[in-house]
Amino acid sequence: MKVELTLFGQLADIAGRTKFQLQDIPDTDTLQKKIHEMYPEMANMSYSIAVNKKTIHENTVFEGDANVALLPPFSGG
Amino acid sequence: MSKAAKNERYARQISLKELGEAGQDKLKNAKVLIIGAGGLGCPAMMYLAGAGIGNLGIVDFDLVRLSNLHRQILFSVNDIGQSKAKRAAEVLKQINPDIEIHVFNEELSNSNALNILSDFDIILDGTDNFSSRYLINDACVLLNKTLVYGAISRFEGQLAVFNSTKSSPEDRVNYRDLFPLAPADHEVLNCAEAGVIGVLPGIIGTMMANETIKLITGIGEALINRLLTYNSLNNHFFELELTPRAETNKMIPKGISEFESFSYKAFCRINSTFDLSYENFEPMIKNGNIQIIDVRESGEAPDIEHINHINIPLSKLKEQIPEIDAKTIVLLCQTGKRSTVAAEILSQHYGKSRKIFSLKDGIAAWQKENN
Repeated sequence: MKVELTLFGQLADIAGRTKFQLQDIPDTDTLQKKIHEMYPEMANMSYSIAVNKKTIHENTVFEGDANVALLPPFSGG
Repeated sequence: MSKAAKNERYARQISLKELGEAGQDKLKNAKVLIIGAGGLGCPAMMYLAGAGIGNLGIVDFDLVRLSNLHRQILFSVNDIGQSKAKRAAEVLKQINPDIEIHVFNEELSNSNALNILSDFDIILDGTDNFSSRYLINDACVLLNKTLVYGAISRFEGQLAVFNSTKSSPEDRVNYRDLFPLAPADHEVLNCAEAGVIGVLPGIIGTMMANETIKLITGIGEALINRLLTYNSLNNHFFELELTPRAETNKMIPKGISEFESFSYKAFCRINSTFDLSYENFEPMIKNGNIQIIDVRESGEAPDIEHINHINIPLSKLKEQIPEIDAKTIVLLCQTGKRSTVAAEILSQHYGKSRKIFSLKDGIAAWQKENN
């Protein structure tokens, strides 16, 4: 299964890109583990996860290809 | 004011058939509070004043500075040093003398928030820190007020309508459903540290005003329970649906007394293990045998020539970690945020072979103490 990731804010700065794809990821827990391996800085950051443009609050199994967005909080005003 | 003059002032929006006289009356009867007369608040309140919101409240305790003027478009060089809330009210009165403006020239806290917010229908959060954002969110939930949220970071903005009274209570989403816990202090940089182009809060603040006008008049679809993000570099908009989180209710103070005793500052400030107070730092400077590193970018004021140090901006430190012989390293920056990040980087590199500290609250707090 293909996951298309979209990163925002500092997460995109860390990854050096706003979008990339990962293959064979069954669920959001596995996805998080994978990206924290790729970018250890992200493991200590808080961010919200949206699967197919809807926020999720617990591990979510992908039923087919999915779009996942990772959104960090912004404080500036 | 005569009806003719009123009609002339609002003629171009009344002629929108979706708005009309009825919509204009709704705007006149509305009570909107803008918290933060900054990059987001300035454009938002200019358009809301222009549109004829009958009662506008402005909360800000800060003073106008030169570094604000590139984005806080209500102010001019003549206003430097003056109260933002008072000056904003004066300028808005010139835009529209027919509305009432209430100035709250004070810092929003859990002891005054419920009192201030309770007189308004819609609250706009244009603040610049997490403790205010959680405080405002919780107050809106307690008081059943709709919250128009805007926030920015570097080239990106976020916009949402939380806790909308137009949404049924079980579907109602608030800020804690999106971000349940405040990030550690050093995780997210504010505008002063991360930088911001003035246009971005102009865009997001203007959109906050637009959402507010839609909510009041019932026109179109407000961003209720949805989040919109905007990237000013590539013009990408991204919209997503926000869903309630089962635990959110437990995290919000239950009543007035619980709210007033909740420490939002402590909730948003996770102390770093690298923190070094200036009281402990000063004797260390005298004793020597330490390497002091200023991680601010070159040219940032104030300089610290009076102490022996080297400059390695955080951006350079991320690229290449220098070999440092001293067993004790003290990192410093303006507020203690970047130096904490730097301490984590060095700590990963050196492990336990060095003692690594970050000057708590930075050079700003240290200097303030010495003056």
